[in-house]
Amino acid sequence: MITLSNVHKAFGPKKVLCGIDLTIESGSSMVIIGGSGTGKSVLLKSVLGLVTPDSGVITLDGQDVTRADRDAFLARFGMLFQGGALFDSLPVWQNVAFRLLRGSLQRPRAEAREIAIEKLRRVGLTPDVADLFPSELSGGMQKRVGLARAIAAEPEIIFFDEPTTGLDPIMSGVINDLIREIVTEMGATAMTITHDMTSVRAIAHNVAMLHDGVIQWTGPVAQMDDSGDPYLDQFISGRATGPIEAIR
Amino acid sequence: MTALLYPLGVLGRGTLAAMASIGRVMLFALSALSHILRPPFYGREFMVALLNIGWLSLPVVGLTAVFTGGALALQIYAGGARFSAEAVVPQIVAIGMVRELGPVLVGLMIAARVTSSIAAEIATMKVTEQIDALTTLSTNPMKYLVAPRVLAALLVVPVLVGVGDVIGIFGGYSVATGSLGFNGAAYLKNTVNFLEPLDLLSSLIKGCAFGGIAAVMGCYFGMHSGRGAQGVGRATKGAVEAAAVLILAANFLLTGALFSL
Ligand SMILES: Nc1ncnc2c1ncn2[C@@H]1O[C@H](COP(=O)(O)OP(=O)(O)O)[C@@H](O)[C@H]1O
Ligand SMILES: [Mg+2]
Repeated sequence: MITLSNVHKAFGPKKVLCGIDLTIESGSSMVIIGGSGTGKSVLLKSVLGLVTPDSGVITLDGQDVTRADRDAFLARFGMLFQGGALFDSLPVWQNVAFRLLRGSLQRPRAEAREIAIEKLRRVGLTPDVADLFPSELSGGMQKRVGLARAIAAEPEIIFFDEPTTGLDPIMSGVINDLIREIVTEMGATAMTITHDMTSVRAIAHNVAMLHDGVIQWTGPVAQMDDSGDPYLDQFISGRATGPIEAIR
Repeated sequence: MTALLYPLGVLGRGTLAAMASIGRVMLFALSALSHILRPPFYGREFMVALLNIGWLSLPVVGLTAVFTGGALALQIYAGGARFSAEAVVPQIVAIGMVRELGPVLVGLMIAARVTSSIAAEIATMKVTEQIDALTTLSTNPMKYLVAPRVLAALLVVPVLVGVGDVIGIFGGYSVATGSLGFNGAAYLKNTVNFLEPLDLLSSLIKGCAFGGIAAVMGCYFGMHSGRGAQGVGRATKGAVEAAAVLILAANFLLTGALFSL
């Protein structure tokens, strides 16, 4: 279980997170929604310790993440970055198998390569992309390689930052199915950021909406449509008018 | 009164900021050294760094040295002629190349070639979240990116300086024997007899120091890059500037320490 309590983060004068309280149960799928630039990526990064919150406490299974042994802590996580964040000096398969080629999870090279190709297949990529370099792939393909890398070592907890952005509708469907499978079959805990309401309905157990630095609404996905929350309603329906100002 | 004090304030703040950055760079360098000594070690990254910093720098180092050695021979011949001391060309070329010009010019070339590429590469990785990705994949960027590059530079830049010294002396030799009428065998004999072990040692010590400065500056500015393409540009510019100035300053201090005893 991951809990965030009263987490604050500002970059200079810009307050991004202003008191986040959120709980993600083990084995559940939490989806974070919210407008661009509201701090969703910063929220995920603070759990991983890539961004240090100014105040507040984040715990994993009851233990403060800042006190945890970093290596053991990070070994439980997989993360898909919003921009893919592939290592452009390494071919695709070595990106996917990065963890399996070094450190505590090291496997023989041939085995690591096989696992990488299998994970690539799961995200809808053929084995011939394995030896290409990331710069030779389209944006959507890079995103899927990033996804394959996030799941390669079968982590317990996986963070997906906009997994379907930039993909065609069919490929989005494939990725949604994959995320659902990872949660139901592998029993993983997932935290996903998305703008895609189809994705939300396909993969979420719980939904949290981030707005103005706080969690505006959170609850099970089934209650999302009749929450009565004007912010959430506006976001779901995609109206330009409502409490969320769309500056034009 | 406050208007009069204003320049002092600017000066004070500037000094404080400069001291703080020097402190941060020192801590960064110490941390890089400590990561060089503690496992895990990334052998492949180290070999790639050796290749990039050492082998691939040879052409530029060789060309710099050969032209400098040649020009030095011409200058000393012309300058020496003013008091009938043309014969000192071999000795002055040797000492000038080995003690000063070899290490400094190789150091500056490494700052141009290696510091810039390290800074741009690491800054781009930072801007595109690749550094964050490394961390989440349980790999410490200080160990995986910084330590191999710094270690490679510490080991290979002295070798480059040695190569530069030899090529520089050869440049002087070619000019002296080719157009100044020196006897080849005598030129070499004079060079070899004149150089002392401390001259050679100082060359290698300087090479090691300059290599370390070049790599640490590239890594430091890269790891602390700002956001976007502009951040990468600033990091690269800052790294090369800092490396070049620090190399020249270190050269002055090392020359003082090694030869004024
Ligand atoms: N490292 C950083 N330095 C300065 N500002 C940042 C940094 N990371 C994020 N921000 C700012 O924080 C805000 C939220 O960013 P982000 O979490 O990426 O938004 P999103 O909800 O679209 O994922 C943005 O305004 C962004 O400019
Ligand atoms: Mg984001």
